[in-house]
Amino acid sequence: MKRKHQRLILLFLVLVLISSGATLILIALEDSLVYFYTPTDVKSKSSTVSGNFRLGGIVLKGSIREVGTVTNFGVTDLENTLFVRYDGILPDLFREEQGIVAEGSLSPTGIFIATNVLAKHDENYMPKEVAKALKKSGRWKDSRPNK
Amino acid sequence: MINYFSNPNRFLKLTEKLLPWLVGLTILFFLVGVYFGLLYSPADYQQGETVRIMYVHVPAAWLALSCYAFMAAMGALSLTYKHPLAGIAARSAAPIGAGFTVIVIITGSLWGKPIWGTWWVWDARLSSVLVLFFLYLGHIALSHAFENPLRGIRASAILALVGLVNIPIIKFSVDWWNTLHQPASLTRFDAPAIDPSMLIPLIIMALAFFLYFLTILLVRIKSELTSQKIRAINIKMIK
Repeated sequence: MKRKHQRLILLFLVLVLISSGATLILIALEDSLVYFYTPTDVKSKSSTVSGNFRLGGIVLKGSIREVGTVTNFGVTDLENTLFVRYDGILPDLFREEQGIVAEGSLSPTGIFIATNVLAKHDENYMPKEVAKALKKSGRWKDSRPNK
Repeated sequence: MINYFSNPNRFLKLTEKLLPWLVGLTILFFLVGVYFGLLYSPADYQQGETVRIMYVHVPAAWLALSCYAFMAAMGALSLTYKHPLAGIAARSAAPIGAGFTVIVIITGSLWGKPIWGTWWVWDARLSSVLVLFFLYLGHIALSHAFENPLRGIRASAILALVGLVNIPIIKFSVDWWNTLHQPASLTRFDAPAIDPSMLIPLIIMALAFFLYFLTILLVRIKSELTSQKIRAINIKMIK
């Protein structure tokens, strides 16, 4: 076998080893690599999700109540819903059925007290007219829960 | 093809011929792309005019990733086949890729502030891109850290190959984990989620960025080869 072929095989083996190592690490860290938890995660993984964490989901339709600077709204992943209270300025994209991420913690009463609210936007880009036409024709995809 | 270019002079001759065309095409594509992106294309239904940041952000991101893949491939070539030009190509590509990564991060935070409500978050996509930037910096530093340039090329090639695991992580971070960053719009199984009136300017800008990358890469390789020649002449004269 020529030396360059030996080197090529060695290189290949090293790459396979590194990538399988990286895969193992990523699988092991899976829970801490997520940026936010969904309301379902909060219910099912109550042991890992505690203290300060980020809650993500869609703003429940018809759930926004504003009292002064305080906004109350529901965050849903279409399975479970958690109610959020936030005192502060909301991002421009905040509205019903918009994906959002709220930072904060659960109060003893089960309401999520947010210290910060970020808006998520989806991967769809289109001009206003197209969005209108799609909604009219009924082909508008309802915003799906954020993965 | 690989062996053909092991003669740097042959490569230099071809570069001389290609460069004027590349420069012209780059300028042309940038002019057309900027016109389409800033004036012709419509505002987004959700994001309004802010969406135009996409025409710089997304092509820069694509190039930052593909430039890294190119750098790693050239590193592999230089390690296994001791190809003289491959090592120089990897060394020349690193600062260009680092530049693209800086553009991605800056335009990304300019985009994030109005839309998300924050300049920066530590989600999987943003953090892995920051790691990419550090990999580029490490590559640049390592390839210049040795008296003998060949050793620098070898060391940095190993770094580039180890760092290659980060590329799929960046690409798929938005699918594997919850992130604030939205998933990919173009590379998905169903049709792209971008309206054609926005997709066309995006693709023109991507081509412009690619041509720019190619032009700068050739210029850098050329100047690297020339400075090698000068070094060789100097050594001869001293003797």
